[in-house]
Amino acid sequence: MVRMDYWLYLMLLPGLLYFLVFKYIPMWGVLLAFKDYQPFSGFWGSPWVGFKHFERFFTDPSFWILFRNTFIIAFYNLVFFFPLPIIVALMLNEIKNETFKRLAQTFIYVPHFFSWVVISGITYIMLTTEGGIVNQVIEFFGGEKINFLLSENWFRTIITSQAIWKETGWGTIIFLAALAGVDPSLYEAARMDGANRFKQLLHITLPAIRSTIVILLILRLGNFLHLGFEQIYLMLNGMNRDVGEIFDTYIYTNGIQRGLFSYTTAVGLFNSLVGLVLIVISNKLAKKFGEEGVY
Amino acid sequence: MIREYSAASRLFTAFIYIAVGLFALVTIIPFIHLIAASLTTAEELREKSFILFPRVISWDSYAYILSTNTVLRSMGVTVLITVTGTFVNIAMTTLMAYPLAHKTLLGRDRIMLLVLFTMIFSGGMIPSFILVKQLGMLNTYSSVIIPGAINAFNLIVIKNFFQQLPDGLEESAKMDGASHPYILARIVIPLSLPAIATFSLFYAVGHWNAFLAPILYLNDPDKWPVQVLMRQIVILSQGGVGDATDMGPDFVLPPEQTLKSAVIVFANLPILLVYPFLQKHFAKGVLLGSVKG
Repeated sequence: MVRMDYWLYLMLLPGLLYFLVFKYIPMWGVLLAFKDYQPFSGFWGSPWVGFKHFERFFTDPSFWILFRNTFIIAFYNLVFFFPLPIIVALMLNEIKNETFKRLAQTFIYVPHFFSWVVISGITYIMLTTEGGIVNQVIEFFGGEKINFLLSENWFRTIITSQAIWKETGWGTIIFLAALAGVDPSLYEAARMDGANRFKQLLHITLPAIRSTIVILLILRLGNFLHLGFEQIYLMLNGMNRDVGEIFDTYIYTNGIQRGLFSYTTAVGLFNSLVGLVLIVISNKLAKKFGEEGVY
Repeated sequence: MIREYSAASRLFTAFIYIAVGLFALVTIIPFIHLIAASLTTAEELREKSFILFPRVISWDSYAYILSTNTVLRSMGVTVLITVTGTFVNIAMTTLMAYPLAHKTLLGRDRIMLLVLFTMIFSGGMIPSFILVKQLGMLNTYSSVIIPGAINAFNLIVIKNFFQQLPDGLEESAKMDGASHPYILARIVIPLSLPAIATFSLFYAVGHWNAFLAPILYLNDPDKWPVQVLMRQIVILSQGGVGDATDMGPDFVLPPEQTLKSAVIVFANLPILLVYPFLQKHFAKGVLLGSVKG
């Protein structure tokens, strides 16, 4: 029936072309990491230099700072942010008052739809030492003003809190869907057997959303190093760069702004490869634990 | 249902209501504060530390923003990018999803693999930038629209949605001599309107909120969408709202905090306005299909 399907291939063409040009050509473009890119000679004319940029990167002290910062912020996200949507979804699931539930959900979903510029903007307006409400409240209670925005000590806390504030509500959706699929008769049977609410949670609710949790955990582990350029970039400044600079922001400032194309392509390739390895490993792990995995 | 009345259980319920209520309040209060701060007067800002409901409402900062060209122009740019961008997104995504929804399509598995691989590996920022530059798209609006034309995840979800439609529809249309473009335009898309509306909104919110692509590809300040301008005004306190053209001589510039808040609220009015509509659809949209299939 291939003859009948020529329309299908014709319709497929723009999309296929899109993926080849805008996704696969840049993948080919990572070869720049092994060249010295010169704008006038272009991609093909620039000379090959082997692993020069990688050697430079791995021996540069900033490599370890970037690695540490990326790793710590990712770890904070995993430990403090990841469990919250599950907890909030479990609590929402226990709420029987529909009006209250819907109102709470309407509120907690809101920040997801705003950009990181808005979220950072609100953070700046609230935390500034010049009339920000948080510092005014601290002063009202007799405390000293804290310069949150220029502080190295507060940077990671602020980043993680922002992520929690913006995405916790949104993250509950998938767990609520999984919870809605639980057969209510299971709870009834458990109650007949004398299970209290904690035991019901442990033996019915949690097993029911186990595979959702595992899949999302894999996805998160796979994207461990992808912290999102926008959030970090918008919160970075001269005072917190030592704790806040991550691979993505480093690539932007040194590649786009300073024109070190080949060197930052090498940094980006390293970042992407580590990400790929993490996805493959976590998927294998999931399969070992008897889950289906992502692919 | 058997109802439980034990004291421990009731205490547990109370705890949950309070915890969820508090979480919801903590989430929403910064936004209420933002709106209140944008409407407050200079005196009130000096007096009170924590404003949720201003006593006297002042529209001065909004009047000021509307009297300048900067914010309105960048809003115009954002509207242009959002409308054209979303149209390109939906056209490209549905056009590709439709053939892929046919299980008999030769090479389908390979194409799906090609798409899936882009979700776990990418060339990164610099090779993409060089590509856009060499295509001559730098500093044109196409640079913030075309390179993101199809979102792989959305494509897969829409493809799965198309697959769920009964096969008989297409077969009977074919019997009547309908071609694939006709089937897509007249049968599949009308039947998938809720899904397509949901993804249009997702794509549109994405364009409205885009920050990285514009700072990468648009250097001309006249072409800045509102997110980039907002960063200049609110975070960097640079550039300012600027160039007020028709405010009276006795006009006093509203306080900086008030002005910044007003810029954020104003620039996001469209999102606030579509939010109720969004909310109705997104939960369904997210769960339309999983990554698999």
